[in-house]
Amino acid sequence: MTDTSRRERSPRLAVIGAGPAGLAAALAAARHGLRVTLIDAAPEAGGQFYRQPAAGLGARRPQALHHRRRSWERLRAGLDRQITAGLVTHLRDHHVWCVTGAQRSGFTVHALLGPEQEQPVEVRADAVLLATGGYEKVLPFPGWTLPGVVTAGGAQAMLKGGLVLPGRTAVVAGTGPLLLPVATGLAAAGARVAALVESADPRAVVRRSPALAAQPHKLAEGARYAARLLRHGVRTLVHHAVVEAHGDQRLEAVTVAALDATGRVGPGTRRRIGCDTLAVGHGMLPHTDLAEALGCRLDGAAVHVDDEQRTDVPGVWAAGEATGIGGAELALAEGHIAGRSAAVRLSGREPDPRGWAGAARIRAGLRRFAAAMDDAYAPPAHWAEQVTDDTVVCRCEEVTGGTVRRAVTELGAGDVRTVKLLTRAGMGWCQGRMCGPAVAGLAGCPETAARRPFARPVPLGVLARAGTTEDEQ
Amino acid sequence: MNPLELADARPGPAFTVTFDGRELVALPGQTVAAALWAAGVTSWRTTRGEGRPRGVFCGIGVCFDCLVTVNGRPNQRACLVPVEPGDAIRTQEGTGHDD
Repeated sequence: MTDTSRRERSPRLAVIGAGPAGLAAALAAARHGLRVTLIDAAPEAGGQFYRQPAAGLGARRPQALHHRRRSWERLRAGLDRQITAGLVTHLRDHHVWCVTGAQRSGFTVHALLGPEQEQPVEVRADAVLLATGGYEKVLPFPGWTLPGVVTAGGAQAMLKGGLVLPGRTAVVAGTGPLLLPVATGLAAAGARVAALVESADPRAVVRRSPALAAQPHKLAEGARYAARLLRHGVRTLVHHAVVEAHGDQRLEAVTVAALDATGRVGPGTRRRIGCDTLAVGHGMLPHTDLAEALGCRLDGAAVHVDDEQRTDVPGVWAAGEATGIGGAELALAEGHIAGRSAAVRLSGREPDPRGWAGAARIRAGLRRFAAAMDDAYAPPAHWAEQVTDDTVVCRCEEVTGGTVRRAVTELGAGDVRTVKLLTRAGMGWCQGRMCGPAVAGLAGCPETAARRPFARPVPLGVLARAGTTEDEQ
Repeated sequence: MNPLELADARPGPAFTVTFDGRELVALPGQTVAAALWAAGVTSWRTTRGEGRPRGVFCGIGVCFDCLVTVNGRPNQRACLVPVEPGDAIRTQEGTGHDD
């Protein structure tokens, strides 16, 4: 049997997402004999974490804004090798909106091509590995819809990919480990960073020090960012929050306030800081739409996986932020394990976990670290008190805090779904991704899985034709 | 210091696009949003209800706040769509279908 014919008979794995988890998974699976179709929405591999300046910008020093350059170069070289060897097919600009099928019949990945996202493509595979990543959570406050207010990750994505800044003077605010690299990136690129405003209480970080100290290289990374902030003269306000953004047609200033021991805004602590940019974020959320549509079980907000990174749906693996927020290094370990498990199982054998013991050890340590970070960095307990009745909460449908509250107090809504039906909050273009946590918090209801049938808007003509379009490898 | 200097960018030849009829210079590889930010423009949509200005929010294609009309096509995500020479970019009013 020739190499080619053997290859054509070997099973095919569709990896969705070409960030750290998807790249590690695709490379591990290909090295262990699987044919892999790596499907990603971006024009270049890397995901959000390894985002590169657009090729047309001709950056000769891309590492200036780049995280973990060496691990990226290793992944990039590995991907190129596997593409040349014919084991990995990289489909760029493919926006996946749904995955259908089952292990016995095979899976179909439905995608829309290019930035316009109108032309449909279907990709067939014997198994699916979801490496769909995450997106940023932002809780509302008065003025957060003003142009100039962007998510922390959004400011970073525009800077890393487009080499642009939204203004001259920035405040970086919210909570979480992302704020440090965003503030240092903006400062290095020439913005004046007037303040970094972190709502977490440093005492909470100290209380979790054993779990954090077990990952000294992560703490060292934090210390390097802190040193860079000092060098750029950035003032850091801990246990503070931005409580209002001011401006008419665009952002002109923010009000920051100190938080007391209970997480409430302390009286008499408000002060105004002039800025034309606010980069704000309150942590990350996993992208779970594709997993939910396949029927995969969730653990809270994340896709449930076993020790091999298998979901509870046969033939579907998941890795990275989709299975719980934990950062790029954890995503690499999870992707590696998922890719190897898929390769062995699709060849009909039982995997021996000792083969990936190193990655499993890294995964265990980083999951403990992520849990401690998640506890330490929390939005202020009483953030909802800052949301006035006329603050827009659902950005798409322009539903205010008052409308959401009235749905509960006057109309008797007792769950997020009823609030949505009564107010339209979460029914717009973003399908509640931006306002979901805020609506649940304001309504005092637990946040439930959104159960979106599709991961992105799909033209009706494409829906009608789904299942009849041309295949792409 | 600016971001292009920091990354030692040597982009291909700049080209012209229009934003609401005004000429702007854009660089190859930039998205529509990046080209507008570089020209100092931060809003290019007004909301359907209150007519409030919006621009980039999430920057990665999730929030749909940066919708814009490009060459007559409304509802394009400015943070994803690459800018092309000669593009006519227009502020999207409401649904973008009333122009």
